[in-house]
Amino acid sequence: MPASPSVRSAVRQGISVGLATGAYGVSFGALSVASGLDVWQTCVLSLLMFTGGSQFAFIGVIGGGGAGAAATATAALLGIRNSLYGLQMASLLRAHGLRRFAAAQVTIDESTAVALAQDDPPAQRAGFWAAGLGVFVFWNLTTLAGALLGDVLGDPARWGLDGAAAAAFLALLWPRLAQRQAQAIGAVAAVVAAVVIPIAPAGIPVLAAAAVTAAIAWWQYREPPHVRGTT
Amino acid sequence: MSLWGWVLLAAVICLVIKVAGYLVPSEVLENRRVAHTAAMVTCGLLAALVVTQTFAAGSALVLDARVAAIAVAAVALWLRAPFIVVVLLGALAAAGVRALGWG
Repeated sequence: MPASPSVRSAVRQGISVGLATGAYGVSFGALSVASGLDVWQTCVLSLLMFTGGSQFAFIGVIGGGGAGAAATATAALLGIRNSLYGLQMASLLRAHGLRRFAAAQVTIDESTAVALAQDDPPAQRAGFWAAGLGVFVFWNLTTLAGALLGDVLGDPARWGLDGAAAAAFLALLWPRLAQRQAQAIGAVAAVVAAVVIPIAPAGIPVLAAAAVTAAIAWWQYREPPHVRGTT
Repeated sequence: MSLWGWVLLAAVICLVIKVAGYLVPSEVLENRRVAHTAAMVTCGLLAALVVTQTFAAGSALVLDARVAAIAVAAVALWLRAPFIVVVLLGALAAAGVRALGWG
């Protein structure tokens, strides 16, 4: 059976997202090595952790002199959104066994976004797999290339790699600031982090900001009136 | 625990979190308050990471070449530059300012 136009378009979209995302795997690889991880540890993060935000956070905390436990906690907290994506994708994909495990591993921002951007379920499934597998392949290849490159670059500050790390986090944050509430939460988190930096070991300021934002978001939440009672 | 230990533990935790999305009963995760809180925590974490990566030097707050990087990155994002361009411009700005002898 030939694929429908919507399925083919979803696959094309998925592969182009894979290429675009893969391109910044180079920056992850180089920054990871600059943060003190070796080439293999860097590649294991991309293969096994495979969720960009958490990977950048892990190496960011380690590179800043933070403890392994703080780096791990930060990466885990940033990964929680993936389980919410998984919930949406589970009912769409209806995969079982190893296929479900593979689906879970490639459930990230990009694959979920491409799936949700399609109009019919077959195209959504095709888009999910094309983006998920596309990003997985390119991200891991470029991570290795970036890590090898980082190894030969030497002094990270001379090449501005610390500036690149700061820019990377701002670029990850930027698309999430569309809503005013997100902007307010982001501002609170930034202030909490700045206040805690001088009084706690590296890694703790980020976790403190996460705890404060979780508390605010939880207690401030109001059910939108038009959906109340409909679930 | 060694760095290798933390790398593996963190990676496995992130993987388990993803698998949980496919296995946990949907009522827990479908709760709107939980979803809202998770989205906001993602924002908060990233904002805090921007601050620590830009201004922290150990336990001190400092102004150095990274400030130029973050400013250039913000302008690039505002002009809708793609991720990789933003990161490269950040590196260029920090390296450039240092080459001029500041930070």
